Amino acid sequence: MRTKSRNFYLAPYLLWIVLFVAAPILLIVYYSFRDIEGGWTLGNYSHFFTSVYLKMTVSSFWYALLITFFSLVIAYPTTYLLTKTKHKQLWLLLIIVPSWVNLLLKAYAFIGLFGTYGLTNELLEAVGLGRHQILFTDFSFVFVSVYIFIPFMLLPIYNSLEELNPSLLHAARDLGASAWTTIRRVILPLTIDGIKSGCQAVFIPSLSLFMITRLIAGNRVITLGTAIEQHFLVTQDWGMGATIAVFLVIVMAIIMLATGGKRRGAR
Amino acid sequence: MKANGGWKWSHLYLIAVFVVLYAPILYLVVYSFNSGGTMHGYDGFTLEWYGEVFSDTRLLIIVLNTFVVALFSSLLSTILGIVGAIAIHRVRRQRTKSALLSLNNVLIVNPDVVIGASFLILFTMIGLKLGFGSVLISHVAFSVPIVVLMILPKLQEMNPSLVDAAKDLGANGWDVLTKVILPYIKSGVFAGFFMALTYSLDDFAVTFFVTGNGFSTLSVEIYSRARQGVALNINALSTLLFLFTILLVVGYYLITRRNGRIQEAGARL
Repeated sequence: MRTKSRNFYLAPYLLWIVLFVAAPILLIVYYSFRDIEGGWTLGNYSHFFTSVYLKMTVSSFWYALLITFFSLVIAYPTTYLLTKTKHKQLWLLLIIVPSWVNLLLKAYAFIGLFGTYGLTNELLEAVGLGRHQILFTDFSFVFVSVYIFIPFMLLPIYNSLEELNPSLLHAARDLGASAWTTIRRVILPLTIDGIKSGCQAVFIPSLSLFMITRLIAGNRVITLGTAIEQHFLVTQDWGMGATIAVFLVIVMAIIMLATGGKRRGAR
Repeated sequence: MKANGGWKWSHLYLIAVFVVLYAPILYLVVYSFNSGGTMHGYDGFTLEWYGEVFSDTRLLIIVLNTFVVALFSSLLSTILGIVGAIAIHRVRRQRTKSALLSLNNVLIVNPDVVIGASFLILFTMIGLKLGFGSVLISHVAFSVPIVVLMILPKLQEMNPSLVDAAKDLGANGWDVLTKVILPYIKSGVFAGFFMALTYSLDDFAVTFFVTGNGFSTLSVEIYSRARQGVALNINALSTLLFLFTILLVVGYYLITRRNGRIQEAGARL
């Protein structure tokens, strides 16, 4: 009786897993061994390990690290202060609201904000720093990415800070720890899981950004994501695109295993 | 006294973060009323761009497409998510359970570009024509795991003897589902539905890969228009969308507040 009802729910769900989780990944692996004419090849992989793609990989990782680092540095204090406020639920909601505005619209807004005559340049000129080229630079790319990823960093940290038992902080203070020591020896180690999840939630998607690179960085920054998009939709070299995708899937799996276990959602 | 000083500084920092977070959105809204036609130098107030949005049939159809895809995909993925969550919950062996959970989470952690590319290959292989169907199927596919994650904790906190009692009292499988389980996990289901809705409305990368010619959603359309430069009817559109988002947020807030845990917006397990 019980077995029967269990199978009833499991079947459609397993079908979903097979069709949309297993099959796409297997197809990507399959295509990574095909050349443009449709023959079997290892050429895509040997091509991937040439300087062009290795450089691209290194720079993708570098940008992803920068984005993750700045997101963490900005989000952690924000979250910490947030949990200390009176109406923290409301503040948290206010922080999440911008993340619900379409990603493309926010990127588009920065085209105006960072433009030659945009608000940022007006402000820079007003304080006497003069106009600068902001759009299409590394700075604008990292800034906009951090802007977009901050909520993904913030939420897991918020959750781990909420789980922190406040009596531990009182105990630390009673035992004579300074504010800094309390943060370093008590709060940080106890919220490390939140930090890990946050970094994971930011690092993986930022490795494969392609929309922001095109709109904000003006093709100056080429990440692995941009390369995949290029191969699939422009040059039609699916084999090469699939090879890069296989690489990203492997990296993702390694990161997941390294940071261990439980995950959060939201992109 | 010292604490008082710290309080002020911390508020200053928070306010600075909020200003930066909201600046781009407000910037879009303010310039949607600019008669000058650019996103700098405010010439005067106009509603011209709003008029343009409402007379742009192509854009209106795309907006409609986007909402139809979002509603249908979140509805379907919610149903599939309920089924999936119950399926995972009923698996007794711990190893099978965690294996299923890992498979469930693959589409959450997989980069969008990889999902898009692999779905493109999948649809081409099975000969599905790219368009409304492929976009809808993809949105259902990538929304299911988040719905499962929203519902699973609810199922776990449910007392299993409730189901046993219902069965002892003669309820069949359908009764147990609709009269015992669903009412209990309702808040999780709503949260999952809203997450699926926002995922779908917000998705760009996956849709971009599987949309083909002829069919378009808002994100893809904004992308191609934004690449051509600034056009203030996009600003007008984003103002309208922002208002709509606020409505969604209020709806979501009311539901999760009843649920008591707004942080579930962040989806944890």
